[in-house]
Amino acid sequence: MLLEGKNIGFRYDKGPWILQDTNIAIESGEVVGIMGPSGCGKTTLGRILAGYEKPYEGSVTLNGAPLPQKGYNPVQLVFQHPEKAVNGRWHMANTLNEGWEPHDDILASLGIEKAWLKRWPNELSGGELQRFCVARALGTKTQFLIADEMTTMLDAITQAQIWHVVLDVAKKQNIGVLVVSHEKNLIKRLCHRVVDLEAMK
Amino acid sequence: MKSIDPTIVKKKTLIYIPKLNRRQRTIVSTVFAAMLLLAIILGGLLISNERITTNLEIRNLSPSLEHPFGTDWLGRDMFARTIKGLTLSLGVGITAAAFSVLIALALGMLAATMGKRIDALISWLIDLFLSVPHLVSLILIAFTLGGGVKGVVVGVALTHWPSLARVIRAEVMQLRSAEFVGISRQFGKASWWIATRHIFPHLIPQFFVGLVLLFPHAVLHEAAVTFLGFGLSPQQPAIGIILSESMKYLSTGMWWLAFFPGLALLIMVRSFDILGDNLHMLIDPHRGHE
Repeated sequence: MLLEGKNIGFRYDKGPWILQDTNIAIESGEVVGIMGPSGCGKTTLGRILAGYEKPYEGSVTLNGAPLPQKGYNPVQLVFQHPEKAVNGRWHMANTLNEGWEPHDDILASLGIEKAWLKRWPNELSGGELQRFCVARALGTKTQFLIADEMTTMLDAITQAQIWHVVLDVAKKQNIGVLVVSHEKNLIKRLCHRVVDLEAMK
Repeated sequence: MKSIDPTIVKKKTLIYIPKLNRRQRTIVSTVFAAMLLLAIILGGLLISNERITTNLEIRNLSPSLEHPFGTDWLGRDMFARTIKGLTLSLGVGITAAAFSVLIALALGMLAATMGKRIDALISWLIDLFLSVPHLVSLILIAFTLGGGVKGVVVGVALTHWPSLARVIRAEVMQLRSAEFVGISRQFGKASWWIATRHIFPHLIPQFFVGLVLLFPHAVLHEAAVTFLGFGLSPQQPAIGIILSESMKYLSTGMWWLAFFPGLALLIMVRSFDILGDNLHMLIDPHRGHE
């Protein structure tokens, strides 16, 4: 499996170009980091690769074919702010099982307690919510995971715990991971190779 | 320790009214409105029609203990007529408001989800209805349908939805671009599934607030259109009918004929209006600062 973004250009209407001629490719099982200063288009690239935005120019392909329009998207994105990524009027159990039903061992390794499942999102902290977001994105049909500042707001211990699980699952299910982050040390530690978005411009 | 300025604290008032916050005021107004509602419904059911049959021996009596709102030129007890009238107004108001809110919900959701063309069409329709005063379009619709309960209910339902539809459209638009909706789409959920499971639960508060806010409007406009002679038929003991009939007798000094029914209508409408406003601001605090 190969997730490829070719000659991607993006801008809002007639605004300035956010991305231009950006090329990126991720293989299954590979962990790739994207670095770059604020506002250089890291998040936008992530959203384009996951199919949340349509590129203004260029194309995103999965094994040479465009991303599926219907059904489960094999490229899943985990957002920076978990509070916005869960429906405030759903119990956590429903949110967790929306895409697939994660096994108990994944929940346990992410540190999700059974009691949390019955709670509302506003009864959990950001870090606790983010574990749910990670768990629901790691479905069996997921082939690529885009982690957009996934652990930025967490403390170091929780960061380590979540990344351990993600890398573990990624290895088992042969998932390609794209790590979008400001944190140079985190990227160095996690990734097989690093793309500097600023240098590509 | 903060020292409190004594000049501010010692403000002398004749009656001490405790300052309640919005939550407490909402509870008070809810209880008051509920009691009013219950009293009107019970009164309407319990007061027999004998009380409002003509009895020429007791006509034109001013308010007394036996006839608290007085009697009219045919010897009918005005208190019983007012309660009966309010019951009818209430029924018409609730039915019309409920239909109106349903229309608003359906059109608001359609405008926000069915694409640009439909959105433009519904927005145009909203502007059209908002640009014409309610009462004018209400009279037109009620008159076309031949008046009566049907005419008033359909008229009120068709004229009161636009403002709520606009609110719901904006709400759905915002929800549609929410991250959790995007994620749901990436999980391959269908639009209908997302609309009913993700978006609709967020609209339920709007729905109830809309209902409570529309209800007094509906009652008032029902009374207005009936007063003007385009609404309920004169046989029905509606407040609008009572008021318009009383007008003829006001100049003879029988002030109670219009005063008490009008006051009763005002109190009922105002209490629901206050309740609706408070609920609205509690549910959507940002709007409370406007």
